[in-house]
Amino acid sequence: MTSNRPVLEIRDLSVAYRTPTGDVRAASHVNLSLHKGEVVGLCGESGSGKSTLAYGACRLLRPPAVITGGSVLYSGQRTGTVTPIDILRMPPRDLRALRWRDVAIVFQSAMNALNPVLRVRDQILDAMQAHLRLPRDEAHEKAAKLLDLVGIPRERLRSYPHELSGGMRQRVMIAMALAADPEVVIMDEPTTALDVVVQRDILAQIVELKEQLGFSVLFITHDMSLLLELADRIAVMYAGQLMELGASADIKDAAAHPYTQGLLRSFPSLHGSRRELAGIPGSPPDLRDATPGCPFIPRCAHAVPACAEVDMTLAPVVGSRGPEHVTACPIVTPEMAKLRVPTEGVPS
Amino acid sequence: MSEEASEATVTGEPAAAVQSVAAARGPLALEAIGLNKDFRLGRGQILHAVKDVSLSLYKGGVVALVGESGSGKSTVARMLAGQERPTSGTIIHSGKPVDLRNRSAFRHYKSEVQYVFQDPFSSLNPVHNVGYHLARPVRLHQGRSVEVDREVMALLEQVRLTPAAQFEPKYPHELSGGQRQRVSFARALAAQPSVLLADEPVSMLDVSIRLEMLNLLDDLRKRLSLALLYITHDIASARYFADEVLVMYAGQVVERGPAEDITQQPAHPYTQLLIASAPDPDNLGSVLRSGNVAAGAARIGRAASGPAPVGCPFATRCPFVDDKCRAENPALQRLTTDRAAACWHLDKAAPALATASGTV
Repeated sequence: MTSNRPVLEIRDLSVAYRTPTGDVRAASHVNLSLHKGEVVGLCGESGSGKSTLAYGACRLLRPPAVITGGSVLYSGQRTGTVTPIDILRMPPRDLRALRWRDVAIVFQSAMNALNPVLRVRDQILDAMQAHLRLPRDEAHEKAAKLLDLVGIPRERLRSYPHELSGGMRQRVMIAMALAADPEVVIMDEPTTALDVVVQRDILAQIVELKEQLGFSVLFITHDMSLLLELADRIAVMYAGQLMELGASADIKDAAAHPYTQGLLRSFPSLHGSRRELAGIPGSPPDLRDATPGCPFIPRCAHAVPACAEVDMTLAPVVGSRGPEHVTACPIVTPEMAKLRVPTEGVPS
Repeated sequence: MSEEASEATVTGEPAAAVQSVAAARGPLALEAIGLNKDFRLGRGQILHAVKDVSLSLYKGGVVALVGESGSGKSTVARMLAGQERPTSGTIIHSGKPVDLRNRSAFRHYKSEVQYVFQDPFSSLNPVHNVGYHLARPVRLHQGRSVEVDREVMALLEQVRLTPAAQFEPKYPHELSGGQRQRVSFARALAAQPSVLLADEPVSMLDVSIRLEMLNLLDDLRKRLSLALLYITHDIASARYFADEVLVMYAGQVVERGPAEDITQQPAHPYTQLLIASAPDPDNLGSVLRSGNVAAGAARIGRAASGPAPVGCPFATRCPFVDDKCRAENPALQRLTTDRAAACWHLDKAAPALATASGTV
């Protein structure tokens, strides 16, 4: 599953939104890599910077967003060089060629991202023309094949978006993202607006296509329960910083960061015995404040004075099975985190 | 299944004998009997959005209405709220059928039955502050004699927006999603209702905040002895939050029963699909990760076609389908004292339950 060099490597990336009242540091010093064929889940609350991070890595952010530091190294097979390319320092022409062909995105509001007055076919052709320059016949055939790929009947090429169900529109968006056989697909909450049955079906399809075509997925969602099942590795983000990163099984069984623990206790389980739910009291911090130390202190049940001096670098989790399991919290161990369950219990 | 049993289920009698577990919580607050709602689509087409739905809400009890989008669950709630007139069927409140044709009766009913909207971002008016949103229903429903300011503060404290004086002058854009939804709860409570209809009250909120919101709703239910209808597409949250669960598919209730029983031992094939589809963190080696996704329940969900026009609406997706399913729509039939399901093949779909109830 993992080769030596990651396909996409985000290094020390920082993004800020310039506002009259100061910079909102939406992502600070984030390191995250994506290997070939891997599904990495990026998880966090709204406003935690997960979308900003992903869009920033593709230079898709507009002012007032500014990338204030870091690099994003891409080393796909089509780059033609041995050394990875830094997306953040790429000339606009190359960047245009890279997007969609090498790195494709399925956007958050994908359901509504289709143009309501154009037929599905014309929209797929449009994207292919801009990025692939195929002859018309070939493009037509390719569009039909793409729909086959995601399990939509070919006749639907003639449909307008409103004639398709939400799940079908979502599949069209995924088909479009896969049009140029990309190496990396970034999916930003691709199934949030869908019913569970349709969601499961689409996720199964994504995994199937991934196995078939061999791309890597950066999957952004706030639904931890989904990621535990879907992702190979999970990155937990809070207030623009990575809190914990590790294999799904390690995150599930030995979450070390109190925030991750909180997320794990936030969703009701359907299977197995009823377990205690707690949620995370409080709300995320204002990212304009440049308070040093851990941003989770006000909501943390384990907070001690030393937390204000934590430098938020990721270090290996003590006593975890996974060598790649790292946390930004030097104070809490998985055992400690499990022991103390904060505040409110479950409604019974 | 014997011939008499199937005869009986068509008339719908056995389902009426099912006792809601929510009844143990308190007296009956609101009852709906045989609600139907048709929408005219033009060109003579009619959409049967809700078909023969009956449910009872009890004070201090939570009934969850679970189903996918378009299953008719919001339409049921809108009829209960008096915002939509049923095509047929009766709503009974405090022992009398509800008739909302005159204004004073409508206003009185509205002060008893309140609705909480799904989207806290669009259900509050951006040009008015929190105080305005709460003062208006207080004046409207509690009369002019009450001290409005004090009442507004009390409401804010009730939904734990404290210190209340600080939140009262704020505008919706100054509040987080969770805080806005608290304002929505407070606004509904301003009428001092006995019934609260909560339409997906947490689905727009972050996962970490959802639980806090459900806990708040639960707390309000206990303290004010509210009868709560909780509408959701998340059956897992219904397991934790509701007494009774009603599963809707294509406008009709296909299964009902105690929340824990339904989630742990679903009888109807649709409920089974719903539960198999929910993300399961305990299932790390699921079909999603093995790559062998062509097999298993995942594929049943691929519903290219809509619900069947005649017969059982789930027939187009059901693994147990046969000719009878395509021809005749099964009514709810009683499985135990508090459970019922609408399926011709419960003996195959849920053998243990069907045998126990003697419907085979």
